[in-house]
Amino acid sequence: MSLKIVVLAKQVPDTRCVGKEAMNADGTINRSALPAIFNPEDLNALEQALRLKDTHPGSTVTMLTMGPGRAAEIIREGLYRGADNGYLLTDRAFAGADTLATSYALATAIRKIGEYDIILGGRQAIDGDTAQVGPQVAEKLGLPQITYVEEIQEVADGRIRVKRHIDGGVETVEGPLPIVLTVNGSAVPCRPRNAKLVQKYKRALGAQEKAAITKDGTELPYASLYESRPYLNITEWSVADVNGDTVQCGLSGSPTKVKKIENIIFQAKESKTITGSDADVENLIVELLANHTIG
Amino acid sequence: MANFYTEHPELRFHLNNPLMERICELKERGYKDKEEFDYAPQDYVDAVDSYDKVLEITGEITGEVIAVNAEGVDEEGPHCADGRVEYASGTKANLDAMVKAGLNGMTMPRRYGGLNFPITPYTMCAEIVAQADAGFGNIWSLQDCIETLYEFGNEDQHSRFIPRICAGETMSMDLTEPDAGSDLQSVMLKATYDEANACWRLNGVKRFITNGDANLHLVLARSEEGTKDGRGLSMFIYDKNDGGVDVRRIENKLGIHGSPTCELVYKNAKAELCGDRKLGLIKYVMALMNGARLGIAAQSVGLSQSAYNEAIAYAKDRKQFGKAIIEFPAVYDMLSTIKAKLDAGRALLYQTARYVDIYKALDDIARERKLTPEERQEQKRYAKLADSFTPLAKGMNSEYANQNAYDCIQVHGGSGFMMEYACQRIYRDARITSIYEGTTQLQTVAAIRYVTNGSYAATLHEYEMIPCLPEFEKYMNRIKDMARKFEACTNAVKEAQNQELLDFVSRRLYEMAAVCVMSHLLLQDAGRAPELFAQSLNVYVNYAEAEVEKNFNFIRKFKADELDSYRK
Repeated sequence: MSLKIVVLAKQVPDTRCVGKEAMNADGTINRSALPAIFNPEDLNALEQALRLKDTHPGSTVTMLTMGPGRAAEIIREGLYRGADNGYLLTDRAFAGADTLATSYALATAIRKIGEYDIILGGRQAIDGDTAQVGPQVAEKLGLPQITYVEEIQEVADGRIRVKRHIDGGVETVEGPLPIVLTVNGSAVPCRPRNAKLVQKYKRALGAQEKAAITKDGTELPYASLYESRPYLNITEWSVADVNGDTVQCGLSGSPTKVKKIENIIFQAKESKTITGSDADVENLIVELLANHTIG
Repeated sequence: MANFYTEHPELRFHLNNPLMERICELKERGYKDKEEFDYAPQDYVDAVDSYDKVLEITGEITGEVIAVNAEGVDEEGPHCADGRVEYASGTKANLDAMVKAGLNGMTMPRRYGGLNFPITPYTMCAEIVAQADAGFGNIWSLQDCIETLYEFGNEDQHSRFIPRICAGETMSMDLTEPDAGSDLQSVMLKATYDEANACWRLNGVKRFITNGDANLHLVLARSEEGTKDGRGLSMFIYDKNDGGVDVRRIENKLGIHGSPTCELVYKNAKAELCGDRKLGLIKYVMALMNGARLGIAAQSVGLSQSAYNEAIAYAKDRKQFGKAIIEFPAVYDMLSTIKAKLDAGRALLYQTARYVDIYKALDDIARERKLTPEERQEQKRYAKLADSFTPLAKGMNSEYANQNAYDCIQVHGGSGFMMEYACQRIYRDARITSIYEGTTQLQTVAAIRYVTNGSYAATLHEYEMIPCLPEFEKYMNRIKDMARKFEACTNAVKEAQNQELLDFVSRRLYEMAAVCVMSHLLLQDAGRAPELFAQSLNVYVNYAEAEVEKNFNFIRKFKADELDSYRK
């Protein structure tokens, strides 16, 4: 059976290489010091989607992301690896969204896309680390969900079987389609960009990116291609385009308020030496139970 | 995120060489594919941008996948069971990444599923793959055997075989036999025509076959019964899907462990003729070997880069006598010399690749239409340059890779002798480069005619006419002096009219020509990008001048009657 697959992906600051300049004095992220990258676990999700496309001929993979104009890069990165198309949700009204407002926006966009069998996203993004958006999208769309997916084993007869990561092992679970899956970082890494696809899509641009190039009067390179090759135009959707409620989007739709951001430095406060005697071990167990470290 | 392309700006510099515009125009036939293929370039700028982007992909895979797997592949190596080769697990992952990235059949026309890349950017990919893992470089780079099938096979063979290579199947060239190594005229593998099945059958043994369990093999075999020399040999295509060839064993080698070197047994294996009978060695294998030699030159440059990276990182980090060892003249002398040989060798590699590109593109056009007289002249000129430069690029870069790997270990001191450091693998991997695809001694044999017929001297004279920056004039003068010494030695040896004397000093003449050529190329490159090459220009000319002087003194003082004392 052919499948309609949507991949939710996010452009994030690369928090894996945080240096001294990563945070501004006011506690906000210094985005210029951190390169914008494809959220790593979303790449794991994309690979699962592309594998389904490989094994289910006729399937399509649609990228969906939300962000500023430059987040069209996420759509291109998807296209370079085998995705068929993509949508960039971009509107000032989307800005400042917490997970609730983000999942609202994504859910409305998915409704606008209309047909879907499987919606895949990474378990969580490396900037917020909440792991909430995938599950919230599932709830908003009234769909079942499986989190911590490591491998999709089979899709047949309207059902999906996956291996999911659990503490100390894996479990195999089944669910009905359509379904939302969040993919764990322990799943196989994403395939590289493909040479032909990069050459095909390297000029794909969103409207805001084109405007940024032409704003000082510069002519858009190879401008005629955007008419003869419609796939080079990355679709941007505003709140209105997805029939969204502005109040539920962006800052106004976000109950989360950041009160304070602190830099935490982990360090051992004290250490104690325990012998291997039965009494010492027993005392340690009692102590750890009492302070809820174990139990 | 390691990227072996973007981390070395020298590669991007060579990609943007002025000759590339002509190469692209020829290779793309005036950019006509853009109407038919959505990934074909619109124009020159677009083409180079595409090469750049594809090199970036290759750089990322080499940095993030192949280099990471290299140590494991070196330890695990391939295995042989039931006549088949099982690659090391890391090798499989490497191949999978390269195939998914669409980096196979790179130079083949788009109508067969290729990328239609010129040899130059393809060679750059080969260099950076080898930088990550020289052994894996062999398996991946053998895809360039398809060039020979494309050049000499028929249309039917093109449409059956080329798309498979573009889709990621691997190749091998089955030439060497137990009694036919450097002397391929002695090949005995027997090809007989099977009238009943209208196909050829191969019987015999091949030895030292790199990637010998490949999907497609180009095989040199004796089709003319009763013959004993090269004129009785033809080239055949063997398809593994047809069966009939088993791997008897895999060699246990000093280096390039990831690359399976196989002994093959042909038992009535079905094969088809590629090109015409009797031209196997004298025409097709020569073409095959020229491509392979450029590949080994690229592999050698990759290894030199790798040796430099390891050496400089260690020298900056290691402290002795209260400071980093890179501060000591004895150490920075070694490091700057490695870098100078690397930059000079790479300049020679890509100059050769560009020469090959132009004449091969024109050859290909000649199969579609008659060349204009100007084009014919251009074809001839670049074919000759390519033929004369290829043995220089292969021989010199493979020797430099060995010297650089040696110095890399030397910079590491005792640690370099321990298996924990990558430099030992580089050292072991580099060793084969000056042996296979024709030893350095055979590169000298191939090159000596261009010494004696004045080809190199003519090229050097042309290079002397290229203007250089005023501040580099001093180098130009020194290189001119070097060239005159090379010519004086050549003339002295020629005048002696003693073939054995010529053979005896040919390696010295070859090296003199090579270092003069490389000095010029660095001078030209430093003129366009002093920030990248000015330092190496200075270091290399110092080195090259001393080399020329050494050989000049030797040849000038050497008397033919001294040969006796060497002969025993």
